[in-house]
Amino acid sequence: MPKHTPLNAVHRAAGARMVDFGGWDMPLHYGSQLDEHHAVRRDAGQFDVSHMRVLDLEGADARDFLRATLANDVVKLKTPGKALYSCLLAENGGVLDDLIVYWRGGDAFRIVVNAGTADKDLAWLRAELARQSRAAALTPRDDLAMIAVQGPNARAKTWQALPETAQPTAALKPFNGVDVAARRCPLFVARTGYTGEDGFEIMLPADCAADVWQALVAAGVRACGLGARDTLRLEAGMNLYGQDMDETVTPLESGLAWTVDLSSERDFVGRDALLATPPTRQLVGLVLTEAGGVLRAHQRVDLGHAHGETTSGTFSPTLGRSIALARVPASVRPDDTVRVAVRDRALAARVVKPPFVRNGQSLVG
Amino acid sequence: MNLPADLRYTESHEWVRREADGTLTVGITDHAQAALGDLVYVELPAVGKTLAARDAAAVVESVKAASDVYAPVGGEVVAVNEALRGTPEQVNADAYGAWLFKLKPADAGAVDRLLDAAAYEKVAGAE
Repeated sequence: MPKHTPLNAVHRAAGARMVDFGGWDMPLHYGSQLDEHHAVRRDAGQFDVSHMRVLDLEGADARDFLRATLANDVVKLKTPGKALYSCLLAENGGVLDDLIVYWRGGDAFRIVVNAGTADKDLAWLRAELARQSRAAALTPRDDLAMIAVQGPNARAKTWQALPETAQPTAALKPFNGVDVAARRCPLFVARTGYTGEDGFEIMLPADCAADVWQALVAAGVRACGLGARDTLRLEAGMNLYGQDMDETVTPLESGLAWTVDLSSERDFVGRDALLATPPTRQLVGLVLTEAGGVLRAHQRVDLGHAHGETTSGTFSPTLGRSIALARVPASVRPDDTVRVAVRDRALAARVVKPPFVRNGQSLVG
Repeated sequence: MNLPADLRYTESHEWVRREADGTLTVGITDHAQAALGDLVYVELPAVGKTLAARDAAAVVESVKAASDVYAPVGGEVVAVNEALRGTPEQVNADAYGAWLFKLKPADAGAVDRLLDAAAYEKVAGAE
C-alpha cells in the first residue's frame, strides 16, 4: 500500500495521473507534462514534495556533528536561515544521499533528505551521533508537508496567495530560508528548488497543505507532477539520487566536487577514501545532435577507445532536443562528440558541461 | 474509454481502420497515448517494407518511455504519416486522426479477426 502525502486527495480530485514513486502514491502529471514544464520555465508551477523528509537536528554538538559528518562544511552557514547543499558519504566515499541543511540559529539545524533514502539516512545519522558521542537530537518531522513553488513568477504569485509571506521573504536571498510566524499555519519558506528557476520551497503543517495549495492555484500557479519535475531538474543539470549517483560512486565522479571540501584540515566521513582514490570517471552532459530517438538512462556511450553510460536522459522541452547526464572517463572534454546507443542505432551527441538551462535560457547553444 | 466502434483493435494497443480501397490505416489508441504521456518522437517504417503480423513497425517515444508499434496484420507499408515527424504531439491531441502508417494486407480477411471495441475495452481496462 503506497504512502499518501497530505495532498493526495487534492491531486486525485484534480485528475492527476498517479504513480508509485519510491513507495509513495504521487502525481506524474495533471494532463500534460510538457505544459507543466513550460509553465515553470515561463510563469509559475507548484509541486507536492511532501514525500521528502524533514529532519530537525538540535543540541550543543549539532554544528560539530554536521562538520564531522557531511562532505560540505556547515561552517559556511554564517547567518541564520542560510542553506547548504551537501552529500552524505559512507566511509568508502560512496554517496548515501544528497541533502540540504539549513541553519536555523543557535544549535538548531534543519535537514531535508530524499524520500527513498529517508529511513536509511535517519538510522545512519542516529548511529553516527552515537558513535561520535554527540549531544544532539534528531527529530523526523513527519507532521510537515512541503510544497515547491517554482518559476519566474513564483515569488510574486506566492506573495499574492499567501500575503503573510510577502514582508518576511521580500529580501530573502537565494539559498536562504525564513520562518513565517502564524497561529494556525506557521511556514518555513526557503528560496530553494530543483528546477533551475527562482522560487520557494515551503514547509508547513500537514493539515495546512491543502489550503495553501488551493490558494496558490487560485493565484495562477499551475499544479505540476513528478514528470515535469524530472525534465526540469535534468535541464538544470541537477542529479537525481538513485539514478545519477548512489553508494557505488563518489561525489567527485558525480559532478559534485564543488560541494566537497577537501582543501581544509576538517575531517569528515568519507574524506580519507576520497583522498586515496582520485576519480577516473566524471559526470557530463550530452546533447543529442542527430535525429533518431530520445536519450534515456542506461544507454551505452561509445568514445571509440572507451565507453561510459547515460544515467538520466530525456527530451528537453525547453531546448526541443534530447539531453542526458552520462558517466564517462575523466579524459572526455566539452565539445567532444560521442556515440550513444539508442535502441539499434549509435547516435551522435555533443559533450557539454551542465546545466543545460538556467532561468529559462538555454546554456548549450 | 474513447473507442470508435468502426475500428478494430489489438492487444498491443493499435487501432486499425479498413479503407474503401482495402488498405488498412494504423495508429495507437487513445488509451495508449494517455499511458505514454506527451509524445516527443515518432519513427515510421519505410514505405514498401513488408511486415509480418506483430512485427515491430514504428516507434513512439514520450517524455517518459519508448514504445514499439506493431503491425496488426501482415502486409506491405504503402504510406506513412510524414506530418507526425515534426509534430508527434498530434497523436496525444487526436489519437484516431493522427495515423502512423497504412498497410496493404497480405490477407484481406485478417483484420476481421482483430478485437472489436468491446473486446479491446476489456483488455485495456484490465491493465
